Amino acid sequence: MAAPMDTDTWDRDEVEEVDEEEAAGPPLRAVGCEQQPLSRPDGSASFTQGDTAVLAAVYGPAEVRVSREQSDRATLEVILKPKTGLPGVLEKSQEQFVRGVLEATLLSSLHPRTSITLVLQVVHDAGALLACCVSAACMALADAGLALRCLFCGVACAIARDGTIGLDPDARAEKEGRALVTLALDSSGKNVLASSTKGRLDATEYQRCLALSREASTKVFEFYRDSISRRYSKC
Amino acid sequence: SGTMAAGFKTAEPVEYYRSFLKENCRPDGRELGEFRVTTLNIGSLSTADGSALVKVGNTTVICGVKGELAAPTSEAPDQGFIVPNLELPPLCSPRFRPGPPGEQAQAASQFLADVIDSSHIIALQDLCIEKGKLAWVLYCDLMCLDYDGNILDACSIALLAALQNLTLPKVGVSKETGLAQVTVQERLPVKVGNYPVSTSFSIFDGTVLLVDPTDEEEALSCGMVTIVTDEEDQLCAVHKPGGSPLSAEQMQDCVTRAVQRGAEVRRLLHETLKSVGR
Repeated sequence: MAAPMDTDTWDRDEVEEVDEEEAAGPPLRAVGCEQQPLSRPDGSASFTQGDTAVLAAVYGPAEVRVSREQSDRATLEVILKPKTGLPGVLEKSQEQFVRGVLEATLLSSLHPRTSITLVLQVVHDAGALLACCVSAACMALADAGLALRCLFCGVACAIARDGTIGLDPDARAEKEGRALVTLALDSSGKNVLASSTKGRLDATEYQRCLALSREASTKVFEFYRDSISRRYSKC
Repeated sequence: SGTMAAGFKTAEPVEYYRSFLKENCRPDGRELGEFRVTTLNIGSLSTADGSALVKVGNTTVICGVKGELAAPTSEAPDQGFIVPNLELPPLCSPRFRPGPPGEQAQAASQFLADVIDSSHIIALQDLCIEKGKLAWVLYCDLMCLDYDGNILDACSIALLAALQNLTLPKVGVSKETGLAQVTVQERLPVKVGNYPVSTSFSIFDGTVLLVDPTDEEEALSCGMVTIVTDEEDQLCAVHKPGGSPLSAEQMQDCVTRAVQRGAEVRRLLHETLKSVGR
């Protein structure tokens, strides 16, 4: 399903990039997004942050099994597929994380007795994977034309052994750091939709990560806007 | 008026709850920041190497720790393993069906594994018997017996107490045969290096934070936050799997309250251990 990045199937013109040198503010790795790379799902997006790449696809609102049907809202399902091997317990907890974000932002009461399914395929993990999954999910839902309360994005921060906080860590910074904080923020108030941490940190460090992530999320939301406006100016 | 109240609760559960929250209390008589009675029984299972039974209100979790021998991995030849696993059987709540573990049980098991990892509850090096050859695997099996909300807090306390209770037989490696020699008569405790305690909140109407939610409160709420603090008041987890957004101030408020709760639970744990004589 997931085409590798360097083949011709990817239309490179559609991938816009934000360079960290040009933009002011805290450094993020280059962000790229392509909407509708896949033809069969109702909405899809490929999202990249540096070398980390995730492909997201949305199906729905579609038919739902009676046992899973909810009379006042759509049933949300998130499936996360790792790059290799079978999904395990870690993937289940990441699915729970993303689904929680969707439950808070997607206006699922508009489509009662239906199912909305989000499939996330990890193309490459080079750090901040969960954050990338969250952003990919947002762009795929937008592509599917589903009503959202607000946009959302994922931002990760790594705290190094000496206490310095680095935004959007690569695989090495993530592995060698003392702690990793992944946050999902909403576009309306830049508040915490979801939070996940690994390692030990103190309350001040968490607040600093939160402040940095809020600043960084502005850049991601700007990127969303650029990306979508460029897409619609083409047709 | 008792039947009136019951009818109101069934027809409009959220409105019913709001009417209590306006008075700064909850239907079970607790204040918004008040925990349910927490009780602890250590060493309840004789067949396990370490065990604990925890009750937080009606929520009941039992944890048994079993030690087994295994070969360490080549990446970490001087480390043992700790493997937590939570079971939510149909006996604890009608919401769970028989069969393989559901998403909630799996996500909770992963949460516990992350807490063990982040907090260094037991140094994995302490579980190594001979580098590259032999190490302990601690299977921490948790079973929920009564599901009345706030399962993560109950599990974290049960796990910590069971690991405190844990003793393992003395094991050596024979120089001549190269095989493990287990001395069953002599049992040694494992050093617990840190005491992480988890505190959960449910978010009601996007603004009110209820501490230690019951099952009913979890169902009516729009999201949960769980914060794990350790003895040095460091954060080992700030876990919020979705739900309505919270501001930085609200998150800080949760952290402050979690630090207080952590100290309370650690006091309870130390007192219980003292009374058991271990």
